[in-house]
Amino acid sequence: MRIQVAGQSVHAATGAMAIDRPEVADAPLVALIHGAGMDRTVWSHQTRWLAHHDTRAVAVDLPGHGYSDGPALGSIAGLAAWVGDLSEALGGPLHVIGHSMGAFIGLEAAATLGDRIASLVVMGLGAAMPVHPALQTAADDDNPLAADLMAGWMHGPDQKFGTNPTPGMSMTGTSRAVIETSPDGVLAGDLALCGAYDGAVDAGAAITCPTTVVLGTLDRMTPRRSAQPLVDALGHATLVELATSGHAPMMEDPDAVRSALLAHLFPS
Amino acid sequence: MVEPDHHRFDTRALHAGQRPDPVTGSRAVPIHQTTSYVFDSVDHAAGLFNLEVSGHLYSRISNPTVAVLEERIASLEGGVGAVCTSSGQAALHLAMATILNAGDHVVASRNIYGGSHNMLNLTMPRFGITTTFVDPRDPRAFDAAIRPETRLVFAETLGNPGIEVLDVTAVAEVAHSHGLPLAVDSTFATPYLMRPIDHGADIVIHSVTKFLGGHGVAIGGVVVDGGRFDWASSGKFPTLSEPYDGYHGITFTEEFGTTALSMRARAEGLRDFGGCMSPANAFYLLQGVETLPVRMARHVDNTHRVIEMLDAHDAVSWISHPAHPSHPDHELAARLYPKGAGAILSFGVHGGREAGRRFIEAVELASHLANVGDAKTLVIHPGSTTHQQMSAEDLAAAGIGEELIRLSVGLEDPDDICADLSRALRASQKA
Repeated sequence: MRIQVAGQSVHAATGAMAIDRPEVADAPLVALIHGAGMDRTVWSHQTRWLAHHDTRAVAVDLPGHGYSDGPALGSIAGLAAWVGDLSEALGGPLHVIGHSMGAFIGLEAAATLGDRIASLVVMGLGAAMPVHPALQTAADDDNPLAADLMAGWMHGPDQKFGTNPTPGMSMTGTSRAVIETSPDGVLAGDLALCGAYDGAVDAGAAITCPTTVVLGTLDRMTPRRSAQPLVDALGHATLVELATSGHAPMMEDPDAVRSALLAHLFPS
Repeated sequence: MVEPDHHRFDTRALHAGQRPDPVTGSRAVPIHQTTSYVFDSVDHAAGLFNLEVSGHLYSRISNPTVAVLEERIASLEGGVGAVCTSSGQAALHLAMATILNAGDHVVASRNIYGGSHNMLNLTMPRFGITTTFVDPRDPRAFDAAIRPETRLVFAETLGNPGIEVLDVTAVAEVAHSHGLPLAVDSTFATPYLMRPIDHGADIVIHSVTKFLGGHGVAIGGVVVDGGRFDWASSGKFPTLSEPYDGYHGITFTEEFGTTALSMRARAEGLRDFGGCMSPANAFYLLQGVETLPVRMARHVDNTHRVIEMLDAHDAVSWISHPAHPSHPDHELAARLYPKGAGAILSFGVHGGREAGRRFIEAVELASHLANVGDAKTLVIHPGSTTHQQMSAEDLAAAGIGEELIRLSVGLEDPDDICADLSRALRASQKA
């Protein structure tokens, strides 16, 4: 679907379920936010499932990404403010689910937007996300090596062999293609703002909404130990650790992530 | 310099798509000889049928053994995914049926496998899909043949039987300049010798029966999805970019993005047309893929030895293989195929059709049959077999003369292959 957010056209996947159906008027409004150089399709294991399980799921292409109009925004704070605009456009408080850069956006949004953020799930992140200089340089040059480096680092060892939860698909091949097909300069900009953001721990300490943190213990881009200061700052958050996941749990262990989302959105 | 952290090609040929079975510890890929899979719950079943969750539900659509082969070939080709089929021809049909509709048009190389030529020239028109055939050596010919209703450009990376070398980059640029995808049949090349997606192709098709399987024991095909083509922006591919009632209004590009083609090919194509690969065949073909790198290197070495022998033989009127300096694509092949341009070659025998017949009947080691890419050396006379349905005019246009012998060089000792061919060539000249 397409929606207007702050005057710009934004593309999103909704699991082919309209979010304005009367029967889901009171269902949780869930915004899924992707990471650097990626798009809405990183959530393909969750979006359609959520949409058919009593939520209004909206997996967005961030500005300048996927099929959304550009340009890409230049700071985590700016993207968090954009999430506020998204909430206004969709007409309600958001349950934000963010991955990597999207997790930083979610943290900043939850810390600064008050009750416009109903709850938060973050995954694939550390308290800081320094970017390997070789990756940043390759991205700055729009060199396909950047996609190759990221695809190699973001998945755990099992996923580098296979098998993919989706029959016949190559997980590293898919990740590489998503990054490769992002518009020129987008990955470089995203990585730069990830590396520059130093507000995760402060944001975590300020967050009061229900929060779940999902971490892959085999994450090499943001190693598990790098997330501990953030986990400590969040305090009240539910922590879910996945033993066989790397940096992208929503792709690598989709069943466990769906279970975590279910427990988060519909606590018994 | 920092290197990407991926297993290299030879390692992926053995391991991609599989971990040892977590229950039994089985190191080999198990044959999951089952039609169907027990659901965890009613909700799980509904989710599988509605593409909400991933997994296996019925072996016509996916099977764990077949999925290993699919993921392995996708990895070797550098694609996002793959869908295996019952044959190479089923793969070509699946690719076309997934993106084409009645009224659409294809621009294809005229130098392709006879069965593919038949499908495009004779069969698909019955379903409203027409094809214009062009010279694969001329990218401008592809460009000139493209019409407003064209939706696909198709060629073989190494043509059949003349081994015309497709300039994949140039033809991909032509296709992309019109908002069209390039699909290639890369059966003769295999990803060991050349990876078309790296050069701009969008869909790669294989008869896995041939070199990938490598042992002539099982029929199979595969469609590899490159994942780089933008199916949505042009509006030319509604099967991928518009809502589909078959799954409650799903739009494949919106939900799956780079994997839209392979997801629709499986979810609709295998579900409705049913041209799936059996798990037993996937197992047989996997055994071949595991040794693809070492086999292809030996196939190419043996081919070069055979070319040397044929080149020096008085009974041979011409040789067509890109490794031979007389081949029109010799330089292009050196650039695109640094490891060699495959193990299929054709040659002419002095004396025309009768000499060709005597040659075929005189070989003892080489097998006369309708296949290529076996571990064993194979010969055939295309004019009377694989391409017999083509008219004399089409045969001539495809460069298939009556004297043409196609040879698929096997893995036997090269001295034995050369001795057999040399003796049969001498016999061919005895009227």
